[in-house]
Amino acid sequence: MTAALVVKRIAPGASVQDMGRAGFRAFGVSRGGAADPLAMAEGAAVLGQSTDCAALELPGSGGVFEATAPLRIALTGAPMRAAVDGAPLVWNASHAVPAGARIEIGGATSGSYGYLHVGGGFDLPQRLGSRSAHLAAGIGAAVQAGDSLTVGIDGGDPVGLCLPQDNRFDGGVLRVVESFQTDLFDTDTRERFTQTCFSRDARANRMGMRLNSDGTGFAAKGGLNILSESILPGDIQITGDGTPFLLLWESQTTGGYPRICTVIPADLPRAVQTPAGAALRFCFVTRDEALAVERKARDHLSDLPKLCTPLVRDPAQIRDLLSYQLISGVTAGDARDEKE
Amino acid sequence: MTSATSRPFDPVIRPAGLNGVLVSFGDTLTEPANRAALAFSSAVVREGIDSVEDCAPSLVSVFVQFDPLHLGLDTLRARLSTLLAERDWFSASMPDGRRFIRVPTVYGADHAPQLEEAAEAAGVSVADAVRQMSEARVRVQTIGFAPGQPYLGLLPENWDIPRQTALTKAVPEGALVVAIRQFVLFSVSSPTGWRHVGQTALKLFRPDSDTPFFLRPGDEVQFVEASADVLARHADDPDGGAVIEAIP
Repeated sequence: MTAALVVKRIAPGASVQDMGRAGFRAFGVSRGGAADPLAMAEGAAVLGQSTDCAALELPGSGGVFEATAPLRIALTGAPMRAAVDGAPLVWNASHAVPAGARIEIGGATSGSYGYLHVGGGFDLPQRLGSRSAHLAAGIGAAVQAGDSLTVGIDGGDPVGLCLPQDNRFDGGVLRVVESFQTDLFDTDTRERFTQTCFSRDARANRMGMRLNSDGTGFAAKGGLNILSESILPGDIQITGDGTPFLLLWESQTTGGYPRICTVIPADLPRAVQTPAGAALRFCFVTRDEALAVERKARDHLSDLPKLCTPLVRDPAQIRDLLSYQLISGVTAGDARDEKE
Repeated sequence: MTSATSRPFDPVIRPAGLNGVLVSFGDTLTEPANRAALAFSSAVVREGIDSVEDCAPSLVSVFVQFDPLHLGLDTLRARLSTLLAERDWFSASMPDGRRFIRVPTVYGADHAPQLEEAAEAAGVSVADAVRQMSEARVRVQTIGFAPGQPYLGLLPENWDIPRQTALTKAVPEGALVVAIRQFVLFSVSSPTGWRHVGQTALKLFRPDSDTPFFLRPGDEVQFVEASADVLARHADDPDGGAVIEAIP
């Protein structure tokens, strides 16, 4: 029997994602793929597998799942409370789960998108070269309770590896570069934009997020009559009423609302993980500064496998603890996340 | 034509974010600029420049996505400038294999609630608005926004109407919307700032088909007025009752 993950309960809008489909821009299809590609790379690192493996993206909260066979799993992205058969699981780590195990994942404690990875990845049919659901394009669909997600052949074996918890889950400052429509906004408007503290609206999805602020909006010259032009993930468009929208991986490929600036690729994981209501600010950087940040971010991605460390087990979770020979002090420290 | 009109604009190359450039052939939509964008985009693809990851035409521009850590912006700019200088892109011919497609369309009523508002913005009666729109033979200028979704134009000058200030929450698949002398025909249900004036039964994006995208840049389309009954009859036809002929 092929291994599968049976979905008992799941957050609305959860979907299977990989790194998306490149090369279809001329046909109006944006790349899509995981909202937080860094979380995909982290999952691949702790499972010792390719970043091409598809995972389950969980917006805001998780669900309840049952493994039909022994599986290796990993949990990355927005930290959520998770347990297997009642025993808590460390986030940002890989674990072995037995056949029949019940995996429960609760709400995010910070951030927006959590990821449940499996060894071998989810084996959905590829459409236009990717297993990703592209909800805006109508490719694939959100995962529903009752679905059974087939797991691909798992060639790897590491489990019990973890990565340090990142701090990208509470908003903050996003670095932006000028784009080809930045000069449609006058200097005062641009300056006011960088001095404004925005809060992420509750309305956000894989296409983009609305940014709220007090005070007047941000108008461009010729705002409602400019020609539709290509959109990049990270572009911040200003809609007709002056409200900024940050456009993400699943956004439309072209649009007619003017773009004031573009968030640099390295800061997009922080951008997408910003939870509703959290504060965001924007800071222009030069192209050279942005390139230096990009180089560092790519180095970090390729270093991820080296940064994995073995999980330290929490004695409170070891069922046969009394049979162990305990030496004072050796089990302290790194597993404190499990006690939340 | 004089050289001044056939070359109305010197192409410009501007950075788009950190990993893109935009090559623009105009700042307003003209037929020569649209021809230039379509032809230049194909030429960039043919060039096969290392570290160029994607390339797509928009209405009057070409977006080139590249890896900025492996290909410097200045180097890419120089390669594209050389290619720009090779010929007069504004006089390029349209892509091969173009078709003329007549699509049954219900204007107004419950199907397309913003017809009256759009007619008013265009300064004509509702009847004249429907006549102008259904008689116009418009061309697919680019595909974008959503999968297989065309921008079509140009409509008569009185249709140079702005987008709405607020977004319409959702128009259905097959919706015909209008702004700035252009139609967009929606391939998916989506929010939009354009006004919903007509409804078709055409499925533009067929993800499970060998030919997932129905329209191509250069195709010509007429949105022929039809009754709600006609549209209902074509509900199960992915072509939505469209009549297709080749353009020689």
